[in-house]
Amino acid sequence: MTTPVEHERTQVDPVGEDVAFEDRPWQTLVWNDPVNLMSYVTYVFQKLFGYSRDHATKLMLDVHHKGRAIVSSGSKDKVEADVAKLHAAGLWATMQRSS
Amino acid sequence: MNKWSRRGGAVLGRFDRQEAAVVRGLVSQVQDMLRARAEEAPQDELAQLTGIRTGPSTPPDDPILSRLLPDFHRLDPDAPDPAEVDSAAALRSLHEPELLDLKTGVAGVVLATCPPDGGQVRLSQEQAEAWLAALNDVRLALGTALDVQEDMPDELPPDDPRAPHLGVYHWLTWVQETLVEVVMG
Repeated sequence: MTTPVEHERTQVDPVGEDVAFEDRPWQTLVWNDPVNLMSYVTYVFQKLFGYSRDHATKLMLDVHHKGRAIVSSGSKDKVEADVAKLHAAGLWATMQRSS
Repeated sequence: MNKWSRRGGAVLGRFDRQEAAVVRGLVSQVQDMLRARAEEAPQDELAQLTGIRTGPSTPPDDPILSRLLPDFHRLDPDAPDPAEVDSAAALRSLHEPELLDLKTGVAGVVLATCPPDGGQVRLSQEQAEAWLAALNDVRLALGTALDVQEDMPDELPPDDPRAPHLGVYHWLTWVQETLVEVVMG
């Protein structure tokens, strides 16, 4: 991702959502790419998933620094719909079965 | 172009003639590419009867379209899992028609609201969100064509054929970034 302005937020949501993923069969992944703006990616996570600014920012920074992040999980239908919405927003999203 | 601003419920921007021509030209080009892809969709009588449209099951060969219309699974380019290949094909066929509609739709909002000769752009929140998605598609297209990397310099060496186009890319980045700020509030 890229940003023309230097205002990375570093607040980290202390309760990650990762713990809850175990009993959810499918995961939505977003992958880093060099074009999408950090602010835009944060905006998309807030708008599509209703996440707080802090949580959306944490996920965006995970994508940026780790190359990918799990941004939602659930049934195959739900995750499929989430990936479709992320594609409409221009994010590089894929789905996979939880391991 | 000054920064976008908000007045009441409206999002306001101003483009001069040349800026409006750049925005409209690029958005139209992306819209044309997406429409051409939509026309490749298989036509069959069953789909016409049921109204359930199916798109192509294989990704576009063109790298720009391929970036705008990604696979639903991340496939290993060397040893793709056959089950995932089948699933990606089925999901593409199912979802691509709607994705193409959405992307040509947001491009249409830009073309309907950006005056061809430049001037004020006045957007509702919903239209501003469509602009964000359309500007992002244009930046993805241009970024793919220019092979933009994470640490892209402000300028390329003058002998690089991409050099004149990179300024347009950076300008669009600024237009999108300032619009995100206003839309997020």
